[in-house]
Amino acid sequence: MIDEGLKSELQKQGVYVTSLQELYNWGRANSVWPLTFGLACCAIEMMAASMSRFDLARFGAEVFRPSPRQADLMIVAGTVTKKMAPLVVRLYNQMPEPKYVIAMGACAISGGPFKQGYNVLKGIDRYLPVDVAIPGCPPRPEALIHAIMTLQEKIRNQKLTGPDRPRHLNADVEGEYPVPAYGKHDLEPPKNPDVWQPPIMTRK
Amino acid sequence: METLEQLKARLEAAVPSAKIEILANECPAGEHSLLVDAANGFLIAKFLRDDAQLKLDYCSNVTGVDWPDKELTEKIKVKQTVDGVEKEVEEVKKTVRPGYLEVVYHLYSMELKHGPVVLRMRTGNRVEQTHLPSLTPLWRGAEFQEREIFDLYGVIFDGHPDLRRILMWDEFVGFPMRRDYVEPDDYEYEPTPHDEVLDAAKKYYPVEVKAEVKPEVKA
Repeated sequence: MIDEGLKSELQKQGVYVTSLQELYNWGRANSVWPLTFGLACCAIEMMAASMSRFDLARFGAEVFRPSPRQADLMIVAGTVTKKMAPLVVRLYNQMPEPKYVIAMGACAISGGPFKQGYNVLKGIDRYLPVDVAIPGCPPRPEALIHAIMTLQEKIRNQKLTGPDRPRHLNADVEGEYPVPAYGKHDLEPPKNPDVWQPPIMTRK
Repeated sequence: METLEQLKARLEAAVPSAKIEILANECPAGEHSLLVDAANGFLIAKFLRDDAQLKLDYCSNVTGVDWPDKELTEKIKVKQTVDGVEKEVEEVKKTVRPGYLEVVYHLYSMELKHGPVVLRMRTGNRVEQTHLPSLTPLWRGAEFQEREIFDLYGVIFDGHPDLRRILMWDEFVGFPMRRDYVEPDDYEYEPTPHDEVLDAAKKYYPVEVKAEVKPEVKA
């Protein structure tokens, strides 16, 4: 690793020194391409964020791809019904690595106002590894921009070697997530225990 | 537009075997409705659509209602002889009104600019006599709404061109909008549970929930 002081000194002289990891992560972080899909009203805020007023293009995330094969980021924007959940998981499986998930809004995080309904999934994190969660109902476009910036920060700080390396550089990690099946009353299984475990609650 | 009483008389003349009842609506809007029997429902609806005075050519919406079994209490005065003296004693009589499913159609006329005429049909019960005639052949706009009522309430519409579930998945069993539907238990984790959700979530707690001891308030 190069000393930070030496690096900035060299930079003043017109020499830019970096590591491969930094260069690689810099490139990835500044071109996060989201998948074009929305499930409910949060999608309207997502569209607003990508338009000229809020201009998501400033962060390199304006290229909404209509195919999961070309996307890096899944913004789960809206209520995930139990009927839609298997399709969302399947779309995620079809995205190439490295890929990230933003759970946008109360519904995608926990089911939101529909949590006590019979037909709404109580959070997409029961099936998918969520990187950033944005609270709000719906979140403002600024909140989505903040989530993208948080994700960029996360990407920039990823180490390409070692046990914490991202999934796509680790051959031992299974890339596919099991798609739940439609059951008689609920999805089967109702959650993926490898991804989501209920927090242990102690109450008085 | 003519009154419901006049309409009822004309309907009974047009469909002689029809059993029609006017259900009063007590609220200020006073939208009274026509309760018709399922056997003649289709003929009555066809009359309402085709009659020159009415021309109800637009079915605005179709609603399903679930009426579960209801216990009715009635107070009756009964004469009883107690110690040789005849007395009037009040007795509470309980009867169970069997439940049924109801479908409500709101009909308007685009051509004559009047409406709505509210049409109701009821099933025999909530278990196996859940058939009603479909009015989709008369008003095509009723198709998806009748499918939705079939999906969520379990009313089977005879004569519907494509009766499938529309909101829930095909493998789903049961009718979730019925009052006695038990939803799947997936409340393992709740940040702020209350009422039934708290009861459902309690069984996942590792430690038993004890009632909170309130500190004594000193006066």
